[in-house]
Amino acid sequence: MDELKLYTYIAVFGSFGVYFAIAWWARAGTTSEFYVAGGGITPLQNGMAIGADWMSAASFISMAGLIAFLGYGGSVFLMGWTGGYVLLAMLLAPYLRKHGKFTVPEFIYDRYYSKTARIVAVVCLIIASLTYIIGQMKGVGVAFSRFLEVDYGLGLGIGMMVVWVYAVLGGMKGITYTQIAQYVVLIFAYTIPAVFISLQLTGNPIPQLGLGSTLADGSGVYLLDKLDLVVTDLGFKEYTTDNLGGTLNMFAYTLSLMIGTAGLPHVIMRFFTVPSVKAARSSAGYALVFIALLYTVAPAVGAMARLNLMNTIQPTAGENMVYAERPQWFKDWEKTGLLKFEDKNGDGKVQYTADTKTNEMVKVDRDIMVLANPAIANLPNWVIALVAAGGLAAALSTAAGLLLAISSSISHDLMKGVLTPDLSEKAELRASRIVMTISILVSGYLGLNPPGFAAGTVALAFGLAASSIFPALMMGIFSKKMSGTAAIAGMCSGIGITMLYVFQHKGIMFIPGTSFLGGLEQNWFLGISPNAFGAVGALVNFGVAFAVCKVTGEAPAHIQQMVENFRVPKGSGEAHAH
Amino acid sequence: MESNQSYWQENLRLILICLVIWFVVSFGFGLLLVEPLNEIRIGGYKLGFWFAQQGSIYTFVGLVFWYSSKMNKLDKKYDVEEG
Repeated sequence: MDELKLYTYIAVFGSFGVYFAIAWWARAGTTSEFYVAGGGITPLQNGMAIGADWMSAASFISMAGLIAFLGYGGSVFLMGWTGGYVLLAMLLAPYLRKHGKFTVPEFIYDRYYSKTARIVAVVCLIIASLTYIIGQMKGVGVAFSRFLEVDYGLGLGIGMMVVWVYAVLGGMKGITYTQIAQYVVLIFAYTIPAVFISLQLTGNPIPQLGLGSTLADGSGVYLLDKLDLVVTDLGFKEYTTDNLGGTLNMFAYTLSLMIGTAGLPHVIMRFFTVPSVKAARSSAGYALVFIALLYTVAPAVGAMARLNLMNTIQPTAGENMVYAERPQWFKDWEKTGLLKFEDKNGDGKVQYTADTKTNEMVKVDRDIMVLANPAIANLPNWVIALVAAGGLAAALSTAAGLLLAISSSISHDLMKGVLTPDLSEKAELRASRIVMTISILVSGYLGLNPPGFAAGTVALAFGLAASSIFPALMMGIFSKKMSGTAAIAGMCSGIGITMLYVFQHKGIMFIPGTSFLGGLEQNWFLGISPNAFGAVGALVNFGVAFAVCKVTGEAPAHIQQMVENFRVPKGSGEAHAH
Repeated sequence: MESNQSYWQENLRLILICLVIWFVVSFGFGLLLVEPLNEIRIGGYKLGFWFAQQGSIYTFVGLVFWYSSKMNKLDKKYDVEEG
């Protein structure tokens, strides 16, 4: 066994051991502990747990790679996935905590006095969460197969087992404490390589400052200017101004991600775990600090990885790398098929250009940038091992949060709330553990046999959260007259139009060939891409709900009284069910 | 009841101020005004680009904590603190 493999085994299985130990120590005995960790999590702890819950394989592995190739256009992810927390902290979290229930559909049920509304919310929640889990499971499989060179399926199996142990045993309590450990692992794994690379390139150890500094090669040229020069030389768009499908599309995209973030049930749920309204407000702030730590480093990682890649292929202007002399990391990633070279002009050298006819780097998968980064920069083996453990921590922590959101909505909202209301607490606890086990098996199966539509469904997950859950919650708090009928009409039309738009451009249920307008950009409504349509869906939701409310009349007096009540913090208790 | 009403009004005004700042730094400086702002530079950063990839995020963090501390004071002022 070589040194790298040994380090990787130590990092990965060492971190797993820590998660198991925490799970054993924090196992749940009551439904309150299982769903909301008994309401005893401090804001600082909750902030870290939210950070790990939120930052998934997509944030850890994919985002910096996307930014590396989109440049300025990648800003939509940075602003969208952080700006949502401002909305969450001011518009939702304190009031949902004051109301004090276990799940998002339960709040919807109380506020809109309707089982239909509760079921609509459960359906939105399950679709949004399941599509997310598939991505996490894939991330686990890929990380295992790349770093430990085990079979993809075996890697996935090990990942499933680890989640099963601590999620089923500990519920929200176990998940929260494990997520705190996972946050620590993932943030070190992300920032340590970034610090090294920033030091190498600019001499500044802080990546956020390094990105705005001059290069350390003595030329006195700013890193971003150099990057702009290198990429435009090869015919790519300028890094710092390349915008993603125009200003309106970027605007809608950012807004959709913000609203979608604020409407994702597995994140909202975390605010039920803190002891008070005050703590709910500040834990949103701590969460954002912990998230911002990674999100402000990501643009530096992206830009530096791109520059390193360009410099490897073209060490000096006009002189390209000889293919036979390619570095080891290049060979490693070629083996995975995520990096492909084709010597089109037969000169034995690598030409990398924006022109598809002459470009010889026929495939550079964006997802490899973060994982390959330490190797590209010649960092020591223990750093590479740490990145493997970090990627797994990011994927596992998000998967666990999503699983809890799914199982609580089924056992608490569907079974206890609608189908079998006389379920005892002990039976409900057992039911939620069984449901969670089934959810793990289903998501594992989907990770092993990813449906063809897996990639397209991310748009749907955010679109659903943005166009249904967020507006319903916000109107429930800020408009006390909003009625149940109006909210249901709003949710259904918001989801409806978003699904219609995504399907008409990406195919019905993402089956190729069934898209009736095609994925073509000229057919996009005002040039808005399907991924960015959630913002429009949310507007439709608000509009329809207010119109219906005007026509059919306002909510009954006792509901308006309840809204008055959760608008002020006074008299809040522990989260409870009834 | 009266005092709860004015508590809510003050809260709404505070939220509005925060959301205006939230909008200006991200959608304003980072997207709509990015080109004119890119004429200005701080170090190697073009200012508009900096707001889109760094500045907006720092502002968001500050906003959430500022709102949270303002609300804690407001809770005290109207005597609606918990338990």
